[in-house]
Amino acid sequence: MNTLDKELFSAVETALLRFTTAGSVDDGKSTLIGRLLVDTKGVFEDQLDAAMGVEDKKGAKGAHLALLTDGLQAEREQGITIDVAYRYFATPKRKFIIADTPGHEQYTRNMVTGASTAHLAIILIDARKGVLTQSRRHAYISRLLGIPHIVVAINKMDLVDYSETVFKQIRQDFTDFYTNLGLIGGELTFIPMSALEGDMVVTRGTQLPWYQGQTLLEKLETAPVTGKINARDFRFPVQYVSRPQTEELHDFRGYMGRIESGSVKVGDHVTVLPSGLTSHIKEIVTFDGSLQRAFAPMSVTLTLTDERDISRGDMITHSNNLPRVEKELSAMLCWMHETPLTPGKKYLIKHASTTIKAMVTSLDERVDINSLEHIAAPIELKMNEIGRVSLKLLKPIACDAYANNRATGGFIVIDDFTNMTVGAGMIQ
Amino acid sequence: MTTSTLTHLQTLEAEAIHIMREVVAEFRNPVMLYSVGKDSSVMLHLARKAFHPGPLPFSLLHVDTGFKFREMYEFRDWITKEVGAKLIVYRNEEAIKQGAHPLKLGVARCCGALKTKALLDALEAGGFDAAMGGARRDEERSRAKERIFSFRDEFGQWDPKSQRPELWDLYNCRMHEGESIRVFPISNWTEMDIWQYIRQENIPIVPLYYAKERMMVKRGAMLIPADDAGNLKPGEVPEPVMCRYRTLGCSPCTGAVYSSANSIEEIVAESAIATRSERETRIIDHGSNSMEDKKKEGYF
Repeated sequence: MNTLDKELFSAVETALLRFTTAGSVDDGKSTLIGRLLVDTKGVFEDQLDAAMGVEDKKGAKGAHLALLTDGLQAEREQGITIDVAYRYFATPKRKFIIADTPGHEQYTRNMVTGASTAHLAIILIDARKGVLTQSRRHAYISRLLGIPHIVVAINKMDLVDYSETVFKQIRQDFTDFYTNLGLIGGELTFIPMSALEGDMVVTRGTQLPWYQGQTLLEKLETAPVTGKINARDFRFPVQYVSRPQTEELHDFRGYMGRIESGSVKVGDHVTVLPSGLTSHIKEIVTFDGSLQRAFAPMSVTLTLTDERDISRGDMITHSNNLPRVEKELSAMLCWMHETPLTPGKKYLIKHASTTIKAMVTSLDERVDINSLEHIAAPIELKMNEIGRVSLKLLKPIACDAYANNRATGGFIVIDDFTNMTVGAGMIQ
Repeated sequence: MTTSTLTHLQTLEAEAIHIMREVVAEFRNPVMLYSVGKDSSVMLHLARKAFHPGPLPFSLLHVDTGFKFREMYEFRDWITKEVGAKLIVYRNEEAIKQGAHPLKLGVARCCGALKTKALLDALEAGGFDAAMGGARRDEERSRAKERIFSFRDEFGQWDPKSQRPELWDLYNCRMHEGESIRVFPISNWTEMDIWQYIRQENIPIVPLYYAKERMMVKRGAMLIPADDAGNLKPGEVPEPVMCRYRTLGCSPCTGAVYSSANSIEEIVAESAIATRSERETRIIDHGSNSMEDKKKEGYF
């Protein structure tokens, strides 16, 4: 086997990193993504041709890199991005999924969507403009959604003569407001770059000798992928109960689901919530054979040593490490629909594998995502606004604070008349 | 406690299994679309893993145009028997009887009748409220914005501007009577992931993916199979060419690529250095009627 082959097959052992990109129309976000895709060969020649028009493929750079990522005809005609798009590329070290989200104010909901599954967020700043209102918005949303790593990409360095002074000033400004926000956690990394020229994106280039840190790609290849998942608390929402009732599996009763956080071993003492029934793990069943231990985010089937009445929506947890079981919740909510949220209205919420009726008992405050001021007791929450609400559920659910566990702290709000997804919530 | 992480293939597999289980738990009458290609092979394998040790809790639906390769029909019948899956085959018999053919109707109209209409009719006939399919977001740029749970109105159409936001791994499965959802459990897989996974799991695929000397016609940059005289235009002369298929569709509309890769390892290596996307060999994606338009009408 030659070297290339070996590299390809060892690549099977690589991890997957999901990241989101936030930036406004002129920050060069599409150019940056185009640059990552082209320089890592994440885009094929015919896709390049289709995006650029064959005849001027070798012409101007920036506009064309950006065209690569504009998906829908409607967007190309209007020159805007209307929705979250997912892009894929790989290096021999890692596989990547980009959630490419537009950064205009009215698209907060798209940024929240893209951020919900990300390990890392790239916040783009135009070196000529420095930290803007929207940069705060992007930082706030990234932290609200619990993204562990934030990369501040100070782009268009070519337009400020690759000045180290400009870079340092922006780094200072961003760090100051980030600290002032009281945004806890999250690791900040600052990288100067020119997406158009390719400096510090995939290759170092020659224009930034004063910068000794990682290129963007090096950062993406080395940021830990474990931070998104809580490794401590075992949480297993039951998705589906398997009872094949065939001859050879007559008494089989398996609880199918995905380990959302933590890990589990055969023999562990477990409690099923909200009922509080207890048992032990008998077997961890998979198609490839039974396991002694399994961990998040594996999809497995659990059997218990006792016959218990367990159904979809229940959560299996370690008996010595229980989540909260609550009927009244306080949550941060991002509203996603044209019809505003009004207190007193009933909705459905989907949390883990449960869908349950809920009433918004009060709208406690709204966060102005530009000034980051908290406005007490607003009348309603409009599309793209973020606020804190109190909820009363029809029945108690097993949950954790979103800050401790993204998988068991997040929920979506569904309008039970239109069936639309109208909000995204994070339990406090 | 030891820190544990999954490889990218294990992560993608766990996600797909989670999605399939969610579909079976939330919908009254789901079905899995099965088109015999490599992505369908992966989907079938994932479904078996998802519901092990039980049987598949849904049928496979093959929307057949009658123009698939002989090897595809043989493989389909063999594998479904092998794994004990229930297979439904649906064809738009009326259009087939009227002689629908891409060279006669044009590719867009032929696809419209034999694939889009047949799919919508098949879903209606079976009363299916959710159809799982093996489409991937990396295949074509309008697919990059498709949700994993893609809502369709009562006419089976897709409106890219009013898609439901999809957060975390929480999928909104609610619908009104008559509406339906298409679900894409392998949305986040790339062509390379598919090949690496087929290799890792030793998944059977149609032999057409492996290189062999085949009788072909060279049409522009494309290699068109010559085993059916109906595929040929006047003056075209078949010749033996060492080639294989990167994707499989209808024989008149699926081109082969020059290749000598006849093992899964060689295919993985070839895919890794490929500079052209796999959809390039599919005639449906070219021309004025884009994938975006087709999808709005209900094309898979």
